[in-house]
Amino acid sequence: MESAPAFDHRHYAHCESGVLSSLFTHHGMAISEPMVFGLAGAMSFAYLPFVRLGNMPLVAYRMFPAYLIKKLPARMRVKYFRKRYSDAGQAMSELDDFLASGQVVGIQMSVFFAPYFPPEMRFPFNAHNAIVIGKENGDYLISDPVFEEVQRIAANDLEKARFAKGVLAPKGLVHFPMQMPGDVDLEPVIRKAIKKTANMMLHAPPFIGLKGIRRLSAKIGALGKKHDKKYIRHFLGHLVRMQEEIGTGGGGFRFIYAAFLQEAYQIMGIPVLEEASNQMTAAGDAWRMFALACAKAVKRREEPVDLEAIAGLLRQCGVIEKKIYLLLKTLKKYKT
Amino acid sequence: MEKKSVPQDANKTYDGYGTKVVYAVDEAGRYDRVRTTGWEVEEIVLRDVVDDFEQKAESARRRAMSGQTSPIEYFMHKRYLDLTGLAKGMGIAKWRVKRHLKPSVFDKLSQSVLQRYAELFDIDPKMLTHFKENL
Repeated sequence: MESAPAFDHRHYAHCESGVLSSLFTHHGMAISEPMVFGLAGAMSFAYLPFVRLGNMPLVAYRMFPAYLIKKLPARMRVKYFRKRYSDAGQAMSELDDFLASGQVVGIQMSVFFAPYFPPEMRFPFNAHNAIVIGKENGDYLISDPVFEEVQRIAANDLEKARFAKGVLAPKGLVHFPMQMPGDVDLEPVIRKAIKKTANMMLHAPPFIGLKGIRRLSAKIGALGKKHDKKYIRHFLGHLVRMQEEIGTGGGGFRFIYAAFLQEAYQIMGIPVLEEASNQMTAAGDAWRMFALACAKAVKRREEPVDLEAIAGLLRQCGVIEKKIYLLLKTLKKYKT
Repeated sequence: MEKKSVPQDANKTYDGYGTKVVYAVDEAGRYDRVRTTGWEVEEIVLRDVVDDFEQKAESARRRAMSGQTSPIEYFMHKRYLDLTGLAKGMGIAKWRVKRHLKPSVFDKLSQSVLQRYAELFDIDPKMLTHFKENL
């Protein structure tokens, strides 16, 4: 069966927000990637030392995978189709049915089984997102937001990628908008999303938000007491890799959020938003400094590592971000 | 980050795989998507883990040749997995995977279990059973 619904592939910074931006736009609601990221409240920080990833703590710079797919449609009042499967054969045949009916389909997949990724990036990471836009000669056509061009994947590989086992297993997840609302008044949605994000970053339980950032910097400062050089090197490298995972560039999520705040300013015209956007750009730059310092420590293996300095750079990210969230909390005083 | 300071470090990893997108501001302070060929920082931390896995794989390969471990260990490292990841990927308990790393147990593995390992590693099952001839 050949089927390829008309679809405009776009190249984005991050997979999940990119997929949603593409899908919403395809269904007639043009919405940018930063807007998706901001409205879904994807901005976050988490340092969970008790969750291990290959002997390293879980560190995340955004909300957990599939959060956006759940939150964004709810906040935008979009009727949304989501389904997971236990049977791979059924999942693949239903995918074909969707495509045949002209539907492009958001999927979750493991990059481990995606041959179109650079081999060095094919780690067992199960929470990658992409859109299946058609089928051609038995191969599937994939609009993967972190790639410039439309990619192809063999049916067998796609099936394996959709049914990879382990942490965050995709279980064949498919999703797409079913019905878009008419005109949406973005302002209340923006206000609500910003309020939630600011509160979470400021007041979430330990390990999350600013407290997580402070805890991680304390941990870095104390690494030398308990661990050898090799572990320290791996730990610092791990922090940066989690920051970059599947490509957003250093501090990438901060820049996406800054772009969201700027777009919010263009819509609402409240100067606080513009100021917060500028400061968030500074926060992104601070995260880049931190990543750079970690990478230097990884590269210069034999030289001693100034852990206190690296911890200080991370603390600085927290200091800058705290000001931003406090500033954003004053948003409610201003009416448009 | 300003557009002009977006790194274009031509990361080896993306060579032949196109560019990535990041958000950066132009002279007027407006955000836009900018293409990048990568940042050296990403390449350094990625190479560090990849090299680590390669070293482990090489050591496993030598030990497998001399009958001290099973080929499964070699392919585990080769595909960037650890014991936990491999057990999860196979959907079996970690202690069972550990047993499969013993050459004596490995030699008795059924065709279907070997097939499942091969599927996970994305290799021909012969690479496991005829390891010494192939590597």
